[in-house]
Amino acid sequence: MNSVVLSEQDISRAVTRITHEILEKNKGATSLVLVGIRTRGATLAKRIAKKINDIDGIEVDLGVLDITLYRDDLSAGKQNPVIEKTSIPFALEGKQVVLIDDVLFTGRSIRAAIDALIDFGRPASIQLGVLIDRGHRELPIRPDYVGKNIPTSKANRVQVLMREDDGKDEVCIIDALTKDNS
Amino acid sequence: MTLVIKNGRVIDPANSLDEPKDLLIDKGRIKAIESPGSISFEAGKKPSVIDAKGCVVCPGLIDMHVHFREPGFEYKETITSGCQSAAAGGFTSVAVMPNTNPVNDTRAVTEHILSIARAEGIINVYPIAAITQKLEGERLSEMADLKDAGAIAFSDDGRPVINNELMRRAFEYSKMFKLPLIQHSEMLDLTEGGCMNEGIVSTELGLKGMPAEAEDIMVYRDIALLEKTGGQLHVAHISSKNSVDLVRQAKSRGLSVTCEVAPHHFTLTDEAVRGYDTNTKMSPPLRTIDDVEAIKEGLQDGTIDIIATDHAPHDIADKQVEYQNACFGIVGLETALPLSLKLVDEKILPMADVIKKLTSTPADIFNLEAGSLSLDNKADLLIFNPNLEYSIDISKFHSKSKNSPFDGWKVKGKVIHTLVKGKTAYSANEN
Amino acid sequence: MFNRKNILGTKCLAEEEITTILDMADSFKEISTRPIKKVPTLRGKTIINLFFEPSTRTRTSFEIAGKRLSADVINISGSSSSTVKGENIIDTALNLEAMHPDIMVVRHTLSGAPEMISHYVKCPIINAGDGYHEHPTQALLDLHTIREAKGSLKGLNIIIVGDIAHSRVVRSNIYAMKTMGMNVKVIGPPTMIPLGIEKMGVSVGYDLERAINDADVIMMLRLQTERQSRYLLSSIREYSNLYCLTSKFLEKAKENVLIFHPGPVNRGIEISLDVMESERSLILTQVTNGVAVRMALMYLLLGGKNDTSN
Repeated sequence: MNSVVLSEQDISRAVTRITHEILEKNKGATSLVLVGIRTRGATLAKRIAKKINDIDGIEVDLGVLDITLYRDDLSAGKQNPVIEKTSIPFALEGKQVVLIDDVLFTGRSIRAAIDALIDFGRPASIQLGVLIDRGHRELPIRPDYVGKNIPTSKANRVQVLMREDDGKDEVCIIDALTKDNS
Repeated sequence: MTLVIKNGRVIDPANSLDEPKDLLIDKGRIKAIESPGSISFEAGKKPSVIDAKGCVVCPGLIDMHVHFREPGFEYKETITSGCQSAAAGGFTSVAVMPNTNPVNDTRAVTEHILSIARAEGIINVYPIAAITQKLEGERLSEMADLKDAGAIAFSDDGRPVINNELMRRAFEYSKMFKLPLIQHSEMLDLTEGGCMNEGIVSTELGLKGMPAEAEDIMVYRDIALLEKTGGQLHVAHISSKNSVDLVRQAKSRGLSVTCEVAPHHFTLTDEAVRGYDTNTKMSPPLRTIDDVEAIKEGLQDGTIDIIATDHAPHDIADKQVEYQNACFGIVGLETALPLSLKLVDEKILPMADVIKKLTSTPADIFNLEAGSLSLDNKADLLIFNPNLEYSIDISKFHSKSKNSPFDGWKVKGKVIHTLVKGKTAYSANEN
Repeated sequence: MFNRKNILGTKCLAEEEITTILDMADSFKEISTRPIKKVPTLRGKTIINLFFEPSTRTRTSFEIAGKRLSADVINISGSSSSTVKGENIIDTALNLEAMHPDIMVVRHTLSGAPEMISHYVKCPIINAGDGYHEHPTQALLDLHTIREAKGSLKGLNIIIVGDIAHSRVVRSNIYAMKTMGMNVKVIGPPTMIPLGIEKMGVSVGYDLERAINDADVIMMLRLQTERQSRYLLSSIREYSNLYCLTSKFLEKAKENVLIFHPGPVNRGIEISLDVMESERSLILTQVTNGVAVRMALMYLLLGGKNDTSN
């Protein structure tokens, strides 16, 4: 069974709140940089950047990261995923980088993303914003901005749909038993 | 010792015989060929019997083109292992090429080969001696002496006689001995560095080609010289369409020219080289489907007189290398019969004609006392089952070498017994 | 998507596979522009460059590609390897395989050698050029560079000029370009056009001037003076008069024609200096893209299940 945990409106409110929190914590957007993790994290980052522009009138630098090449589970007997472009066309030195992803789960993706970011330069700080924190961390990683905490079973899957990528905004939990049909 | 072979289909092309017969063999010679069941014996004199039911009984096969590598390259083949390979393939007579080390260009080497062959006594071995000393293409060998020692033909096989003047003199000189010259026809300057037929496949594979014209030009030259000088020319392992035509025309002019084809040249094309299996590397190279069809026509109309294997054993060190660096040639004796019988299945030739090209015709051309089942002849016989299907397995080859592109091929026609002078040289039951 | 054990040639690659490789190469190209030009993807993997034929740029390109993916890359060159002492290439390959490499990149002066090695060893083989047979990574980087410049490949006209017979780059490019829907014409003196090449789906011409006007891409080949059979040419001078790409020839070409050369260039023999340095020449871009394409292939080969042979 799929159960919807965030609707379109919920997502919109969460994005607005995260944006405000980012601006508040970083005292504005002057040295701020957003980097979204492909694919849905990048979409979220884009929305947050637009919100920042709406609020502060500043166009923050926006980067996109494909973390596949930094993953620790490659070559585990399965086909490697397609590599999409990474694009961080600006210097990270001295910047407050906010890394954006859709779901925080084991923390391994974020570890990979931090490694990747550091290969691009030495930011002043790296913060983490996620739409969903579903728990079950395997590494010492915690988010700075969270849209919603959702307790899940480890076997469940959390599916984030974004209008730009999937045609609609929605977050649902897919039951382990039905995941093969999803 | 008396032996009866009964219930077989006896095919003896020399005597135009193809019917069920029983054979009586006594003291190594054929003593009677009678209708099934009609050979009788005195009480108490019980012969051994081979039941050849479902099998063909024919003269032992003759291969006029083998390389037994002894002396000099015994790690590839010896006269003994070569004879065992021949017997396993149904052959009771073979002619060995002179490109050994030392080259068979003197009485001593010819006699050496014959003495080993006689001592082993497995099958009959006929030495072919060199046309030129050391195969160097410089001076004629001592043909009179070589003939006297037992040479039955002359050839520089593998190293064609390039020099036109020398070839002319070789025809003239050999004429007085009434022995044929066997030519490996290849203009070497056209094939230098080549390792397969020149064509679309060599282009795709990026391998240097050996154009068919390299063969054609030398076949034409030899025919032209022969026409002037007289003598006898036998074209070895013909492989190209135009060469078949040239021989056909020469024959129609009444010239004393004959030719042979190797089974791989009517079985495979250069497409087999894809994948770079070095067991597809031969000289002359595997050619195109057009050439294969011309060869089959040549077999049908008699332009191609005989089938000979060009049995060319090579050890793995000479084959498990880059294609260009590999040696030319394959083990031929143990696959020749089933591959030739494919011609029967494909309705190219009737069974009796296939056997003829492997028995009585080579015996006629080279004047050998072999190849027919006439009364009182030596009982050199082959018994094979033409319908028995089996897979070729190179690991079971009796040859010392295993280089064959036919490993795993499903074929029909299995050698059951090979008899030389009435004695078993090979028996499938014991192997 | 991509499930091959080896990259022995482009002949067997399907359109989707080539597209996958080129798309991936697009993504990998960015890594070489970073301040830290390295990702940890193939950490702990070993890549052996087994070169039985001397090469600087191809070997370096493979080495850099492997190193930017954090693999350990070992170079073994023909002159220092045991083959000169008479060791069989299969023995050499089996000995190297016993040390558990993850990819062997093989270059050889003789056609078919990488394919032959692939029949004996279990690890993936990338053909880095064999005799006059194939040079698949070169063709893929050429396609990548053309696609990057032109946007797409389908329907483009390319002329390949020079010693067609003795070029592995030509064969790999013909297969790949035909698969991608390009029109290929080969130009050179008849002595350098191999028998039956039309059956590979290309047209043949001898006159560069007449072929140049509708070309979108001109690929000049290196004249292999060192292994030229002495009967193929009258003189280098005459060859150069007929086939050297000069600005005079280019006047007849399309404005946006691209000029390629697999390198190393014999300046003044195949291409004049001014043409080589013109904007239309993408010779150095080819080299840059070579690293990205080879990174993509290494990533693809080590990511898949190895259950389908080439």
